[in-house]
Amino acid sequence: MIFLAILIAKLPIKTVATRSLIEIPFVLFAFLMPFFGTGEKVELLGLSLYEEGLIAGAGIIAKGTLGILTAIVLSSTTTARELLRGLETLRVPTLIIQIATFMLRYMNVVNDEMERMRIARASRGFEATGMRHWKVLANSAGALFIRSYERGERVHLAMVSRGYVGAMPQDHRHKATRQELLQGFSLPIVAALISITLLVIG
Amino acid sequence: MTIKSLEVSELAFAYPDGHQALFGVNLSLEKGERVALLGPNGAGKTTLVMHLNGILPTMQGSVRVGGTLVDANDKAGISEIRHKVGIVFQDPDDQLFMPTVGEDVAFGPYNAGMRGDELEKAVREALELVGMYEFVDRPPHHLSFGQRRRVAVATVLAMKPEILVMDEPSSNLDPASRRELADIVRNLDITLLMVTHDLPFALELCERSVILSGGIIVADGITREVLSDTKLLSTHRLELPKGFTL
Repeated sequence: MIFLAILIAKLPIKTVATRSLIEIPFVLFAFLMPFFGTGEKVELLGLSLYEEGLIAGAGIIAKGTLGILTAIVLSSTTTARELLRGLETLRVPTLIIQIATFMLRYMNVVNDEMERMRIARASRGFEATGMRHWKVLANSAGALFIRSYERGERVHLAMVSRGYVGAMPQDHRHKATRQELLQGFSLPIVAALISITLLVIG
Repeated sequence: MTIKSLEVSELAFAYPDGHQALFGVNLSLEKGERVALLGPNGAGKTTLVMHLNGILPTMQGSVRVGGTLVDANDKAGISEIRHKVGIVFQDPDDQLFMPTVGEDVAFGPYNAGMRGDELEKAVREALELVGMYEFVDRPPHHLSFGQRRRVAVATVLAMKPEILVMDEPSSNLDPASRRELADIVRNLDITLLMVTHDLPFALELCERSVILSGGIIVADGITREVLSDTKLLSTHRLELPKGFTL
């Protein structure tokens, strides 16, 4: 089903594959599980494995893969901004939304600043090779923190200057249509139907 | 007598650490006037700007915008003042804090109570004034510095302010962006106070200039005359670029 969603969303297989690589450590861990454990043993491909571990491991792989694929589909079809808007509609507390919104906006700015500091350090012959250099790096981190804090103050000033009194504008230009709602819920509904059928049959 | 857009009289201010930044500033702007506020670093320019919309509370003297007294303690009044005084800050990254250009421009009018079509119209008009409407759905960090500066101007214009205050509008701009910004500013029908060190830029855009130095206004007159007084300029650490003739 999730593969169907990937197809419908026309995601490039390569992107999906590379992004899925993050799962590998968990898969390794799951593979180890059948070898360590207690309880009944089963023979599989000439290996003696613990049944409980086998089931648990298979469960982890299945859930993990599904979860990651779903996350990939969501993140590659929906922009971060739309995600936040969605959360807003779902009535997630505005404070959390505001923090996430600002993080989204200023991540690049702070990243650039960090990069400039790194270049400035390197231009004066600094190379972080050992423990002795941690002090310099810590100082840079401190400076970055203070700069970001000061920027926060200036941003607040700019907000107040434009009449900010504690509430961010909410954008309701786009209301979900019935068709979009239907499309959105189609996946979980089909999944629910399948599990109900299995329950009834089994 | 017509109501002045801005009237500052005997404004004095000292920071909590005891450092006094302003020593009785007198300044008034007629409606539609474009005035350059010149002065060396540390002259108190930014401190003065912070008084114009009540971010810093008035300690002594008074500030009036369109005839209304700026009083930081009057909560309802101050929000009205902040919609009358539009400040464009120096770093556009401080000014553009929303995820997209359009939302950022909508921020001010939204706070003023605008909604729906009216809000969208205000956003479009403001962005068209600075020639940036095609970027309405783009995130600010995808724009060039000059474009961000223009959007920052639009965020303030969208509030239809009585007076536009720009802090170092030409700083960090390449020559083409600087000229584009000048063209935009020249075509705005608005009272303008422009804080700058860029004397040719001041000459280009403002018919009148005042020099703030050491916390007081030391000169106030026609820009060309102010700038041709080399002795006055050098006393206050201002210089025309080498080779520039009036």
